[in-house]
Amino acid sequence: MIGSEIPALIPVTYILFAILIPVVGLWKRELTWHLSLLGTGIATFLSAWGFWHLIQTGETIRYFFGGWAPPIGIEFVYDGLAAFIVLVINAIAFLVLIHSKEISKVEFPGKKMAYYTVSMLLMLGFNGMVLTGDLFNLYVFLEISSLSSYALIGIGEKRAPYSAFRYLIIGTVGGSLYLLGVGFLYTVTGTLNIIDMHAMLPQVIGHSSVISALILMVVGVGVKAALFPLHGWLPDSYTFASSTSSALIAPIGTKVAAYILLRIVLFLFGVELVDDQLPLTTILGAFAGIGILYGSIMAIAQSELKKMLAYSSVSQIGYIILGISLANPFGFIGAVLHILNHALMKALLFLVSGSMRLKEGHSLITKFDNSYRKKYPWTMAAFTTAAISMVGLPPLAGFFSKWYLALGTIENSSWLLLAVILISSLLNAVYFFRIIEKIYLNNPEAEEAIEDETIQNNEVGFSMMFPMAVMAIGLLLVGIFNVYIVNVIFTMFPAGF
Amino acid sequence: MLEFFLGHYAYWFTIILLALGLYGMLLKKNLVKKIIGLSIFQAGVILFFVSVAMKEGATVPVKAYNLPVSEVSNYMNALPHTLMLTAIVVGVATLGVAFALLINIYNRYGTLNEEELIDKIQ
Amino acid sequence: MELTYIPLFAVLVSLAAVPLILLSSKKPNLREFWTILAGVIKFLLVLTLLPSALQGNVIEFELFEIAPNLPLVLKADTFGVFFALIASGLWIFTSFYSIGYMRGHHEKKQTRYFASFAICLSSTIGIAFSGNLLTFIIFYEMLTLATYPLVIHSETKKGIAAGRKYLTYTLTAGLLLIAAAGITYSLTGTLDFQAGGIFEGTELSQTMAVTIFILFLGGVGVKAGIMPLHSWLPSAMAAPTPVSALLHAVAVVKSGVFGVIRVVGFIFGPEVMAEFGLNEILMVLAGITVIVASLLAFAQDNLKRRLAYSTVGHLSYIVLGVALLTETGLIGSIMHISFHATMKITLFFCAGAIMVNLHKKDISELNGIAKVMPWTMAAFTIGSMGLAGIPPVNGFVSKWYLASGALEGGMILPVIILVVSGLLNVGYFFPIIHRAYFRKGGPELEGHTEASPFMVVPLFSTAVLSILFGLNPDLFFNFFDMATSIASSIFNPL
Repeated sequence: MIGSEIPALIPVTYILFAILIPVVGLWKRELTWHLSLLGTGIATFLSAWGFWHLIQTGETIRYFFGGWAPPIGIEFVYDGLAAFIVLVINAIAFLVLIHSKEISKVEFPGKKMAYYTVSMLLMLGFNGMVLTGDLFNLYVFLEISSLSSYALIGIGEKRAPYSAFRYLIIGTVGGSLYLLGVGFLYTVTGTLNIIDMHAMLPQVIGHSSVISALILMVVGVGVKAALFPLHGWLPDSYTFASSTSSALIAPIGTKVAAYILLRIVLFLFGVELVDDQLPLTTILGAFAGIGILYGSIMAIAQSELKKMLAYSSVSQIGYIILGISLANPFGFIGAVLHILNHALMKALLFLVSGSMRLKEGHSLITKFDNSYRKKYPWTMAAFTTAAISMVGLPPLAGFFSKWYLALGTIENSSWLLLAVILISSLLNAVYFFRIIEKIYLNNPEAEEAIEDETIQNNEVGFSMMFPMAVMAIGLLLVGIFNVYIVNVIFTMFPAGF
Repeated sequence: MLEFFLGHYAYWFTIILLALGLYGMLLKKNLVKKIIGLSIFQAGVILFFVSVAMKEGATVPVKAYNLPVSEVSNYMNALPHTLMLTAIVVGVATLGVAFALLINIYNRYGTLNEEELIDKIQ
Repeated sequence: MELTYIPLFAVLVSLAAVPLILLSSKKPNLREFWTILAGVIKFLLVLTLLPSALQGNVIEFELFEIAPNLPLVLKADTFGVFFALIASGLWIFTSFYSIGYMRGHHEKKQTRYFASFAICLSSTIGIAFSGNLLTFIIFYEMLTLATYPLVIHSETKKGIAAGRKYLTYTLTAGLLLIAAAGITYSLTGTLDFQAGGIFEGTELSQTMAVTIFILFLGGVGVKAGIMPLHSWLPSAMAAPTPVSALLHAVAVVKSGVFGVIRVVGFIFGPEVMAEFGLNEILMVLAGITVIVASLLAFAQDNLKRRLAYSTVGHLSYIVLGVALLTETGLIGSIMHISFHATMKITLFFCAGAIMVNLHKKDISELNGIAKVMPWTMAAFTIGSMGLAGIPPVNGFVSKWYLASGALEGGMILPVIILVVSGLLNVGYFFPIIHRAYFRKGGPELEGHTEASPFMVVPLFSTAVLSILFGLNPDLFFNFFDMATSIASSIFNPL
């Protein structure tokens, strides 16, 4: 019934609310937050319904816009993987926007209406990217989400517009390169539909323009995914943006781009073709590995929490791309599971940093002290949960994605990549436990001892605590029950696995 | 050799535009000039697509009163043209956001020169 | 109740106590009551598994799949019950001792201490009852995390540094273990512990076998204190003494050697070990550790550090016995797990009592304390005798079997190592006893008496237990029978 319309309904919801929020906002400013929640809430509900429906029936839904059949018409393809990713990003957005209520009063007062409208457009772009089955349509949604993210990043502290501008330049170049790649493919195959092109590619794979197209598309999307060495825009952008923007874009944006990379490499071209002319998976794997180590090492060097989390993101995206580059079942499972896990972990971490900025006025690690333990017990507990999961200790979720990725590297005998995964876990431990030490333990070198009695519990309010608690518990549940998720991921494998 | 260049002049043109655009974005210090470089870069991509649509002896994909549409060889490939209309709009929107950011930067720092900007930020 | 649920409950009972402990932080007596109650229940639960373990039955309880085809499974086989008995039994003693120690020392953050302890014991029992490598790894890492708050308890510079070192070593070990498990899984398709090994029928090259073994060894060897991975243990002495006693003489380190035996006996199996010469690697490392640790013990003036190096040495007795690949040797190893535990915990309890009562940490300060703390020093003497291998304390029995195991395998060198180490043990323990009994104490001893009964009763009880086990190794718990059947199951798999 309504099930087959879901692929279209989700973006439409966002369009609707993107129009509704400014209209209502002009009349009653306070309602904009509630509307944004309603929008993401409906989208999450639809995604969940659609996902459940898909698991039950196992049929991919192909929604033809305007009734025009592909390959001429544009379609949305709602298969298992797309449904899963859509559910993840909408749910995370919903939780982050709940948290934004308090943040908005401090970090972007007076701009709430514009902010939430642009958030709707952002989610429109992301959902469209995931759902579309047409390469050019992907470009359009890519740009929609990118422009929204430039705007969201620009709303922040003093340095924000400049970082946003730099991101704009780099990001648009990336998008244009992707577009150029699509143009090459179109020239050779005459189609823009992903499923159609997948059928045609084996015949034209020898063409130099197809290989160039592959490289262009990978580089273009790689910019958005912050694949090393195309990650340069990320640290500054995440650091100076408002906490909600970081929490929206970091867990969702780079993941969607990584997902697109996965589609291009494993679904569009496919496992056999992608390595046909040039060792793309090896190169991707190498860059992913370097990115993992680079991100972790740079994170250790940071003294500010948000910047540390930004470099950590570069590292974590590396894991996902590593999984893609392995091009085997375990790598795929690890990558997709890590998309979920990292989205949860990073969103939680950015929310915590947002809460800290709100309460303490800063997020400088060097200034953390163990009064936080008494002042924000639950927030710190959530932080610790996320940290333990990032390091990869069982039974939290982070362990399992690393386990599957490790199994994937072993299956390919990529011992170097296995070592990278293990070493980076240790590096993660360094920069996270450093903070945990600071917030939980007495600093023996502090001049004055912190008087225990004077510190009051100053925990954050419900609107901020609820999403953080949900995510932290989610990490535990996803970890323990990951088998159910993995069993679903088994159904998402591309052909050739 | 000459045929190679002349036969593929559209591609060379595109490459030159892309290179010019990159040059502008990377090497120019003024932020507005960077945006212009970006525009040129995007224009290069757009013109590439349009050039692909070209057919010998065909006319623009707008219906002429005396040429039937069923004879497709009369008209250039319309699809890239339509796609590029969208892309141009995207480009314009990008320019809009970029300039909004520039206005913001100018209001906060008073300069649009990258070197001065970096100094002021430190 | 159905026997199959008991392993699960045994693991969970102290976890259930944690919220109760946290909630009763304002009422110390209630809080300690929960700890003791959990400990007693845990011990009794494990005890009910003893009869079936003695018959060689395995009680398996599959929790749920935690990865495709890899369930979280608790398996109470004989070896698991053996280890669980020791850990849970000694926890009861430690809990009483902790009360005396923590209160006598006016320690802060006692709630965190008792809560972490409860989680540690849960993890230890989980390790004991792990049915496959993945379950083992999960509980192993839990143990690492749960012991961290205990190591850094004092929150001094030394403590925090010790904690960092501890984490670095143990987290790296965990990662190596994961790598080893991953490779094993892709080679054999299973991670189950099976007596006799799981590599039967798998193609293994020499390099692959050695590499996997080294990875495993790195993983479990850190906690087992095999040199050069041992140096976290002396640093961890910065923790309060009950922590050093139970965790670093019993739970954590014995989890390490437990892991070594699981790897050698239940993953690789004696045949595979011999085929690729893996036991020789183990023997060399263990032999070196025994001698070097015993020598290093001499150099320590701090009592706890001397005991720490002694522990390192004795742990490698166990590893050495495993490396012999003979049934008798393995019996000796397994028994040494429990016997060394009772002896070492006695010694650590004594060290803690001395510290709380007389504020003395270094051996050079211990002149004449036997007059003031007769019971403590008597227990200390008993423990030391046992570690040196002097009858009738139980240490003699396990050492006898270790030596016999070496002779059975036709190897003289391990016997020599054991004898030399025994002499070294005497060498570093005897001076302490001599000082305590035969040197005149200083004036600061005036007015002091024996330490609080909360501390003295446990430490003397474990000392007495050591003697009783030495006279009859099968007393109460049939340790000897269990060790025999475990060794037999590994060397003669069905």
